[in-house]
Amino acid sequence: MTTTTLAVLVPLLPFLGAAAGLLLGRTAPRFVRPLAVLPTLASLALAVLVAARQGGGRALDSATELTPTGSVPIELALHIDGFAALVAVLVGVVATCVQIYSTGYLRDDPRYPSYAALVSLFTSAMLLVVYSGDLIVLLVGWEVMGICSYFLVGHYWETPEARAASIKAFLVTKLGDIPFLIGLFALGTDAGSFRITKVLGAVAGGGLHHPTLVALLLLAGVAGKSAQFPLHTWLPDAMAGPTPVSALIHAATMVAAGVYFIARLLPVFEASSAAMVVLAVMAAVTMAGSALAALAQDDVKRVLAYSTVGQLGYMTGALAVGDRGAAVFHLLSHGAFKALLFLAAGVIIHAAGTNSLAAMSRMKDLRARVPDAYWTMTVALLSLAAIPPFAGFFSKESVLGAAEHVATGHTEHAPGVAGGIVLVSGLVTALLTAAYATRLWLLAFRGHGTEAPDHGKQPLAMNAVLWVLAVPSLAFGLGYGVLPDWFDGRSLAPALPTSVLGTGLALVGGLVTYGAWRHTTALAARVPLGAVAAHPEGDAGLVEAEAIASHAPAYGDVAYAPDPADPGRLLLGPLHRHAAVGFHLDAVYDALFVRPVRAGASLVRFLDSEVVETYVRGAGALPRLLGAAVRRAQTGNVQTYVSALLAGTVVLAVAALLVATGV
Amino acid sequence: MSPAFATAAAAAAPTHGFLSPTGVEVAFLLVGLATFGAALVTVTTRQLVHAALWLVATLGGLAVEYLLLTAEFIAWMQVLIYVGSVVVLLLFGLMLTKAPIGRSPDADSGNRLAALTVAVAAAAALVWVVVDAFRTTWIDLDGAASGSTKVTGASLFQNWVLPFEALSVLLLAALVGAIVLSRKAKADAANTGASAQAAPGSRSEKEGVR
Amino acid sequence: MHLAYPAVLSALLFCTGLYGVLARRNAILVLMSVELMLNAVNLNLVAFDVWLSRTARETLHSGQALTLFTIAIAAAEIGIGLAIILAVYRNRGTSDIDRLRDTAEGHDGDTPAAEKAEATA
Repeated sequence: MTTTTLAVLVPLLPFLGAAAGLLLGRTAPRFVRPLAVLPTLASLALAVLVAARQGGGRALDSATELTPTGSVPIELALHIDGFAALVAVLVGVVATCVQIYSTGYLRDDPRYPSYAALVSLFTSAMLLVVYSGDLIVLLVGWEVMGICSYFLVGHYWETPEARAASIKAFLVTKLGDIPFLIGLFALGTDAGSFRITKVLGAVAGGGLHHPTLVALLLLAGVAGKSAQFPLHTWLPDAMAGPTPVSALIHAATMVAAGVYFIARLLPVFEASSAAMVVLAVMAAVTMAGSALAALAQDDVKRVLAYSTVGQLGYMTGALAVGDRGAAVFHLLSHGAFKALLFLAAGVIIHAAGTNSLAAMSRMKDLRARVPDAYWTMTVALLSLAAIPPFAGFFSKESVLGAAEHVATGHTEHAPGVAGGIVLVSGLVTALLTAAYATRLWLLAFRGHGTEAPDHGKQPLAMNAVLWVLAVPSLAFGLGYGVLPDWFDGRSLAPALPTSVLGTGLALVGGLVTYGAWRHTTALAARVPLGAVAAHPEGDAGLVEAEAIASHAPAYGDVAYAPDPADPGRLLLGPLHRHAAVGFHLDAVYDALFVRPVRAGASLVRFLDSEVVETYVRGAGALPRLLGAAVRRAQTGNVQTYVSALLAGTVVLAVAALLVATGV
Repeated sequence: MSPAFATAAAAAAPTHGFLSPTGVEVAFLLVGLATFGAALVTVTTRQLVHAALWLVATLGGLAVEYLLLTAEFIAWMQVLIYVGSVVVLLLFGLMLTKAPIGRSPDADSGNRLAALTVAVAAAAALVWVVVDAFRTTWIDLDGAASGSTKVTGASLFQNWVLPFEALSVLLLAALVGAIVLSRKAKADAANTGASAQAAPGSRSEKEGVR
Repeated sequence: MHLAYPAVLSALLFCTGLYGVLARRNAILVLMSVELMLNAVNLNLVAFDVWLSRTARETLHSGQALTLFTIAIAAAEIGIGLAIILAVYRNRGTSDIDRLRDTAEGHDGDTPAAEKAEATA
């Protein structure tokens, strides 16, 4: 088979799996698991094959036009370069891991068939985005991911949190998608084609009329999909979905789509230095803010969600300094270790029966209950905190190195100010990242107090996947020497000054957090706290759903617990309260959008019920009045009737006479 | 229509002025005035029994008018049926419904003003039309009476036999209907034996018609 | 004789009867007024019959025949009418036609209720 055929099969197989799963899910439940895992696995194998054949050489381009579509043609096009090949492998790996993990995680879930089919569909859509060489085809995958995300986040639709989160995720990403669509149209009109290669050719030839406008419009869509400030608020709330969904969608793939999209169209953004500065500022605000917020979260998955937002900030930062190699490098390593973190968190939540760090910090020996999750999560957290020699260190240093490169005057790709912003914020975030990673680890695994509940051994499918993912988290960074061949060719090796600075800051962050934890941990014993799921014997999905549903009643908020023993509280001081709620961005949105819309709705309702209804009633009033008058005439007195009758007769007769005599 | 009649009348007869009335005309006019006056009293008097008696005067006056118009058989029929039986029947009805003897203040309903308006308007319109149409039409009353018993009988039983017999069926139906109405009411209210007399009364006058 | 005399007299009598029908309260007086109207018509019929039989040599005497029929029908009408009035009077205790208002619009006045009360009494 040619490489093109293989590449077409990569997104097609999971799609067929999804269709088959949806069709057969109810009638043949035995086939659901194979139908979920096997197409994804095959697609991973094919993606690896495609990557091997492509081998970082010339980009593979292939297109076919199904039907003429007016002025700007839309083609089914493939564009596979090194980025696409490697990202597709990442998507395949994470999706396969998630599918295998889900067989154990949602073992007893009655909605597993539709869930697995949606995950397959989602995988297919992401692979389509990755391989697509046409912007409109890419948009199709982009939107299919949006709707799958809506369904999957709302998997536990019995709980109000999940319902609200799914709607929020959908609406916020759609809010970005509208400018995104307009931007795509502007781009396609300017370039005369939606083919990425032609668009890039037009950009290189200076054919773009309004590069800043187009770039900012596209940026809005990317901010929505990749959860960048100010459209990131949906991501932490999306943690109301099952953990594998969080791992797949909200850590490794869907949010990466935005970054990947910019990486593909980076020349469009580079054509406008204003857009690059905006991108840099967005990345900086996202990184620093999300890291602070992550430090204050109580729900372990929300910590990871904010950490995802922050790491995506690194990627957009790398793009802001014009180095897409570093961005995709970080995307790959982050995809691996963040998927691992989420999946391990799912195991921990199952074992502890709670998703609250405050409750976990009051459990002794949780790590002994879940040794696999303990060790793999440690690896992943070290990778997240960018401690050498883990994968996160190399990718993050490549980002910081690229920023330093630009900041020190090599401004051929990006303005120097963008490099400065990304460098400073990246270093600050490195410190904060290490701090919240340490806090997470300490609170989850170093608790004191009662014995952790024993729920038996975790399913093999879940634990095995953790170890599979631990390998790239540990060792992927060593590929920095090979990867430039696949990317633009720029070196991704860590530079000495930023490495020392970044690692030093990370160590400082970790140590400070440890000190704070030592200081506060004595308090933990004094303040009993915690709520544990009611059905510890249920499967992990059920336990998690109950944990999420019970968090707000137990602690007063989905994100926050009044725990004085939290080191984050000590470190953040007065900022803690604001960081816990995401710096009130939701409240701002509430005031800016929700309330005006509600007010508008109630105004419309008022207009409808009072004004329009008044007209309707008024229209009825005249006939009613006439009716009343006519009714009043019905006195029942026969003489009145006869009088009226005869009077009418006389009038008619006289009139007829007048007409007849011609008077 | 008035010009057609006017020309027909003008062609048929010489002009007869209103200011030189014949004897018949004077008589007709006087009796007519009396009749009209009696009719007015009939519909305005507050004494119900008097109204019936004034109705007798009106109907009698009309009988005289018929005579003056040489329709003698109809005049006698008028006297026999109307004056003789209908008015008697009406008087029976008044008594049976316990109509007050003497002046009753509420003989007229509240509808009087409307009734007056309609009646006056109708009268004005009718009189205007009739006068306008037949101002010059002249009835020549000389010669054989056109309404003698012989003439009327011949006409009735030569040309009008079928309607006459149909009418007899109608009268039979009315007879039965009146009996049924009265009997049913009697069954409902057994205490009023007097009411049964209405039915025989009506039957008798119908036979009179036959 | 001028035809206008009986015609005008007939019209006036008719309108007198009309007034009586509309203004009288007692149903029997209304019947009397109806008789007046019928007689007015009879007068018309007779007068025109006489005129036509002389002027147009008409021998059918349709006017007089119709007059006789009208008299017969009027007699029948009086019979039936009186029977109805008596039945109503026995049921309702009154023969005033402006108090027989059962067909009036529901809440418009208390007359029907009063009628029923009288009927049951």
